[in-house]
Amino acid sequence: MRLPVEPAAVGGVMAREWVMYRRYWASTTVSAVIEPVMYLLAFGFGVGALVTQVGGYDYVEFVGTGVVATSVLFSSAFPGMFSTFVKRTFQHTYDAMLAAPVDTADLVTAEALFLAVKSGVYGLAPLAVAVAFGLDPSAGMLAVPLIGTLTGFGFACFGIWVSGLVPSINSFNYVISIVLTPVFLVAGTFFPIDGLPGWAQGVAQLNPLHHCVELVRHAAFGFALGPDLRSVAVLVVFGVLMWFLAVRSLRGKLVQ
Amino acid sequence: MTALTPDRDVVRTAPALSLRGVRKAFGSLQAVDGLDLEVAAGTCLGLLGPNGAGKSTTMKLLTAQALPDSGSIEVLGLPVPERSKQARALMGVAPQQDNLDEELTTRQVLEIFARLYAVPRSERAAAVDRALGIATLTDRAGARVGELSGGMRRRLLIARALVHRPRLVLLDEPTVGLDPQVRSELWSLVARLRDEGVTVLMSTHYIEEAERLADSVAVMAAGRVVARGVPAALVSEHAGREALEVLASADRLAQVQARATALGLPTRRTGPSLAVLRAEGVSPEQLAAGGPDVGLRRREATLEDVFVVLTGEEVA
Repeated sequence: MRLPVEPAAVGGVMAREWVMYRRYWASTTVSAVIEPVMYLLAFGFGVGALVTQVGGYDYVEFVGTGVVATSVLFSSAFPGMFSTFVKRTFQHTYDAMLAAPVDTADLVTAEALFLAVKSGVYGLAPLAVAVAFGLDPSAGMLAVPLIGTLTGFGFACFGIWVSGLVPSINSFNYVISIVLTPVFLVAGTFFPIDGLPGWAQGVAQLNPLHHCVELVRHAAFGFALGPDLRSVAVLVVFGVLMWFLAVRSLRGKLVQ
Repeated sequence: MTALTPDRDVVRTAPALSLRGVRKAFGSLQAVDGLDLEVAAGTCLGLLGPNGAGKSTTMKLLTAQALPDSGSIEVLGLPVPERSKQARALMGVAPQQDNLDEELTTRQVLEIFARLYAVPRSERAAAVDRALGIATLTDRAGARVGELSGGMRRRLLIARALVHRPRLVLLDEPTVGLDPQVRSELWSLVARLRDEGVTVLMSTHYIEEAERLADSVAVMAAGRVVARGVPAALVSEHAGREALEVLASADRLAQVQARATALGLPTRRTGPSLAVLRAEGVSPEQLAAGGPDVGLRRREATLEDVFVVLTGEEVA
């Protein structure tokens, strides 16, 4: 069977990302880590003063595990949109790469994989803060970077897909307000979705980020085989679908 | 002198590049319109043409960054776009538009492209050093691209296309916007490439560049090749041996032009002067241009004359 991508080409594109990351790791890390941790502290202390238990967990533990998904979303979808748009339209980085033995599918795979792994690692930051505030460490937490990487791959591809659709960088505001904000809010991060009206619960079940939240919580407090396999399946389908859309949209822009 | 390519004993008979009946439109603009072009392996072809003639689109078709509407393309014997990835592994491209990573260092740019071109890990450092040498950027290896001068950036752009010792190099307007000294440095670089058996396709609108470097020249206009040959033969075929430059008032020039046309000689206007081509058998008196109000100068016909005759365009 022939792979849809070529490992050497993917490795080459990721090597560029790694060089750039080593140059900008400080600013990337601060924005990707500080923000979710602030959400965690603000909600943990703010709402935590009003409610102590949510869904059977201490509220700090509930939010601490949930915010992992926020961190993953922020460090995959946003750079997927902005940095691929800038590299394509302003820096013409992709034009240079496509003149080498690199195809659009290699490019998308490399960009998404890099962001996915990065968001998987960054997802650990809020978890570490939650542990410092009393969340019990567990062996299952070792799966959290994997869950984050799987989720991050889909959202990075989502960002790349959108970057090929929008006419200008300002259009991302629509995507952020109309798509990403609801995804972020209705994921069971800050409040359990079973308090929502039935239709909203149904929508939440389709939200990949909700499945990330569930998996991370189960990683911390104990896996539930059936639902967790279903969540993994949702994230895999999401990732594959977004990958196809991202490749198609970027190819349409890069190959005339 | 740094070796640019490995020794190859391969007998090169098949053309390195072949385009047949290639058409490509962008919306209502027919950028390439029935293009036929072959480039023999190991030669340098100069692709001449005014802006909008389809030179850059042709380059993009060769790397499958544009897909033809019809026609067939072969690069180093490989059909494109079907096996374009393999073809791209064997060629290097220096685009007209500088797309270097501003924030990387010179060395990092070359390292990344050595990886993209799948230079084996054990050979990468040597390949990068060699490319730095070709571009005479060895002492700027640690400098960020954003700090380099325009000439250095252009040399790096070309070195980036050579890091994997390609058999074919596409240079799209390699010297546009560079000062004369930098331009002549790049010329010697291209000449060395050709001497080492690398096939070079170079688009340019500097006639002198094509005359100096190209074994053969193709003149493009409106998306197709309108003339093809070695520069000297093209000149004698289309512009004759000599041209007569006439300097006079606009009214006088119009008279001389009408006379030349009546004698069947092609002419071209360049600002305040008129050039009468194929003027080797003509005396100034025949052009009725011997008056004291007319300045005359005989010169050899050039490729620029050919270009203007064929494309109807003036050149920079």
